[in-house]
Amino acid sequence: MTTVSGNLATPSSTPASKIVLATAVVKSWKSPIALGIFALVSIVLFGVFGRDGTSSFRLSSETDFVQLPVLALPTRAAGIVLSILLVLLAAYATWLAYRARRVNLWLIVVFALIFMVGFLSWASAGHTMPVTGLLVGSVGLSVPLIFGALGGVISERVGVVNVAIEGQLLAGAFVSALVASATRQPFLGLAAAMVAGALVSSVLAAFSIKYLVDQVIVGVVLNVLVTGLTNFLYSTVLSPANETLNNPGILPRIPIPVLSGIPIIGPVLFRQTIIIYIMYVAVIAVWYGLFHTKWGLRLRSSGEHPQAADTVGINVNRTRFWNVSLAGAIAGLGGAYFTLGSIGGFSKEMTAGAGFIALAAVIFGRWDPIKATFAALLFGFATNLQSVLAIIGSPVPSEFMLMLPYIVTIVAVAGLVGQVRGPAAAGKPYVKS
Amino acid sequence: MKLELRGITKRFGALVANDHIDLTVEPGEIHCLLGENGAGKSTLMNVLYGLYQADDGEILLDDVVQRFSGPGDAMAAGIGMVHQHFMLIPVFTVAENVMLGHEKTRAGGRLDIAAAREQVRAISSRFGFDIDPDALVDDLPVGVQQRVEIIKALSRDAKVLVFDEPTAVLTPQETDELMVIMRQLKEAGTSIVFITHKLREVREVADRITVIRLGKVVGQASPTATNTELASLMVGRAVELTVHKDPAKPGNADLVVKNLSVIDHRGQLVVNNVSFEVHAGEILAIAGVQGNGQTELTEAIMGLQPRVTGSIMLDGNELRKASVRTVLDAGVGFVPEDRSEDGLIAEFTIAENLMLDRSNGEPFVKAGTLQLGTLAEFAEKTIVEFDIRAQGIGTHAGKLSGGNQQKVVLARELSRSLRLFVAAQPTRGLDVGSIEFVHTRIIATRDAGTPVLVVSTELDEVVALADRIAVMYRGGIVGIVPGTTPRSVLGLMMAGELPSTPEVAA
Repeated sequence: MTTVSGNLATPSSTPASKIVLATAVVKSWKSPIALGIFALVSIVLFGVFGRDGTSSFRLSSETDFVQLPVLALPTRAAGIVLSILLVLLAAYATWLAYRARRVNLWLIVVFALIFMVGFLSWASAGHTMPVTGLLVGSVGLSVPLIFGALGGVISERVGVVNVAIEGQLLAGAFVSALVASATRQPFLGLAAAMVAGALVSSVLAAFSIKYLVDQVIVGVVLNVLVTGLTNFLYSTVLSPANETLNNPGILPRIPIPVLSGIPIIGPVLFRQTIIIYIMYVAVIAVWYGLFHTKWGLRLRSSGEHPQAADTVGINVNRTRFWNVSLAGAIAGLGGAYFTLGSIGGFSKEMTAGAGFIALAAVIFGRWDPIKATFAALLFGFATNLQSVLAIIGSPVPSEFMLMLPYIVTIVAVAGLVGQVRGPAAAGKPYVKS
Repeated sequence: MKLELRGITKRFGALVANDHIDLTVEPGEIHCLLGENGAGKSTLMNVLYGLYQADDGEILLDDVVQRFSGPGDAMAAGIGMVHQHFMLIPVFTVAENVMLGHEKTRAGGRLDIAAAREQVRAISSRFGFDIDPDALVDDLPVGVQQRVEIIKALSRDAKVLVFDEPTAVLTPQETDELMVIMRQLKEAGTSIVFITHKLREVREVADRITVIRLGKVVGQASPTATNTELASLMVGRAVELTVHKDPAKPGNADLVVKNLSVIDHRGQLVVNNVSFEVHAGEILAIAGVQGNGQTELTEAIMGLQPRVTGSIMLDGNELRKASVRTVLDAGVGFVPEDRSEDGLIAEFTIAENLMLDRSNGEPFVKAGTLQLGTLAEFAEKTIVEFDIRAQGIGTHAGKLSGGNQQKVVLARELSRSLRLFVAAQPTRGLDVGSIEFVHTRIIATRDAGTPVLVVSTELDEVVALADRIAVMYRGGIVGIVPGTTPRSVLGLMMAGELPSTPEVAA
């Protein structure tokens, strides 16, 4: 095509800039009110009902290069200082809202961290809080959530709502235990878990893409189906031959040289099983893949505007089918962590709702693999905090503490997320009209 | 490239959307495909683009028969399409949209965004577009989005470019600019198929015209044909293009809107400090390009917007913050702009749709029980009065044609005694016959002494109906001018430019 000579008037007078509408000044009091309530709670809890004694935090384990000293804080004094800090932060947030400025995320994160330190020192008065152990456990409990959330992110980004994460985790857990026990090859168990997860999600994909069944309903039914199936097979196949079929053993921890010796970070991140190292790679790979490769661009286009994807020659339904299956394979690995990574055997309904928490992490993480990972870590931390406090003997009733992870989930998803926009076409089957 | 369609037939069940259509487009020609809504133009183009498979007939490019099993094949053969509803992904940038489907990658599978940016810039500069490759499509004005669609097609070396109703969303100025672009493309040797139902545009730009009616080619015409000739060819009978209207006899200012602003969920002022009056017995038309706050303005009047400031006085009563029920009870009739989403319930019968807004009491409901006899009687009478063509009052609204659906909405709203009538896009997507009917009813409502507010993005409709015209641009009213204002002035106002002072009426 040749360039057209310039006797024609320039056809564009509209610059392609953003449409800027006048913006109304909106004051949002949500954050200051929430922060204010927590600041008040901290004053009451740490100050008025403050406990006497000393709270100790153990920061190092024996194998670290450097031994950090045990951090000891006078409980009541620390509580008062921290709650004053919280009040100041809440006041700052109020000032920001008054000036109609946005309350930044970092402010909320700092607030949450300070509150958490305050709560830990209050709860551990007179005891020693194993900080490293708390974090190591949190990462462990987060692993299935993170794998599940990655599967959820991929699946929803391509346009299929994945309620069946729970089923994929459970299938992965069962099959990995069975295969790893029968073959004595843990790596075969991992591979089998991926296949099992992929099978479950390919059923979801087939029904929702080919037969246009409501995706949420298929997902729920699949969860029930996998639960029933694994329960049945556990009773009839695994239990009678527990030694040979449900005894996969736990994967060994592989300390990474040098890195594993760093205090806190080393034991938490670099003294782990192969599954967790695979997880690091998976999180980065999914993030890179989604936002920087052809695969991700096409995947996201299928979930945002499938018709547009179709008109540029992308086979939407094929893209959806294979990526939903891939999502299931990733979630299946998360299931394998239950059996091969932490427990060392399958038991009935051992995923215990992790798939649904992973779903919450997907939404809390706004369909972004990195953010969803952090959301999953938060939920894992809440779960582990509950058990650590039960062990060191916290003043909060254990029944109440058991609710903690779920309360965190609800507050996080309902309160902090509010209205967010997911992939526009998620949940809608694509039918050529 | 020469494009030839031979005997294309496409059926949807019993409906024959395309019946042995022949069409030849010579290289470097702008060929107009003229026809009413529902005549089968878009179906034909979707067959050409590989989105549908023809039941019969063949497609030839430079005399070679083509087989398209999907849009990918059509694109590879050199066919590009600018869709009526843009096929752009709103959350992607311009560059990402342009590269989608034929992405270049670097080492590690990394997308080569830089190459895509460069391509966008190269094509933009060839046509004098000013487009930022990194802008999110969602943030761009509609006219610019259309250019992105053009760039997308050209980035795949399209030799035949199909424009499907491209001017529906544009201001008159943008339409003129599009015509310039089309001529530039033609100069460069691209064959263009231009689908439209707007006669003015056809005559301005076309080299040849093919008219389609009810799925068949009914004739060829040259651009020198008159509007009336083209219209009668398109509709199949002689049509009146404008409805007869007596001069308005305006009475009191019944509706007084003062300093009205609407804030959307993102905190933007989608309606920005708008003031106007509508007098009894006059039609105030709100003109403007889609998305400049008209929708939100009508919704604010109806009580459908949550964050509204200012005042809406009808007959001296404040309607701001009133519930929808109160607004209806105050005598406001409303034709929403999307009839199938907001105007009707598709799964309900015509009779049920006719009483939707009167489910709270007599005559249709007594002691919580539907009065089916009364309803049937009313519905029978109404479908005759409003010429609703259906098997009976028990037909589901979703089964009706667009024109008949709109008549159901009109019948429901106009069969109450009204103090204000608000009609948003009352004839969008309707055939010429239904447009005549709707316009006649709107004028009759005005002549009965009701203040009427019509929102339309079609300048033809605005000019045909309005006694006064308010032009909206980016949430504000640019000016309120008499109904006789020339189109050129209205066009400038729709782009946000104030007319020279003497034209501004109170």
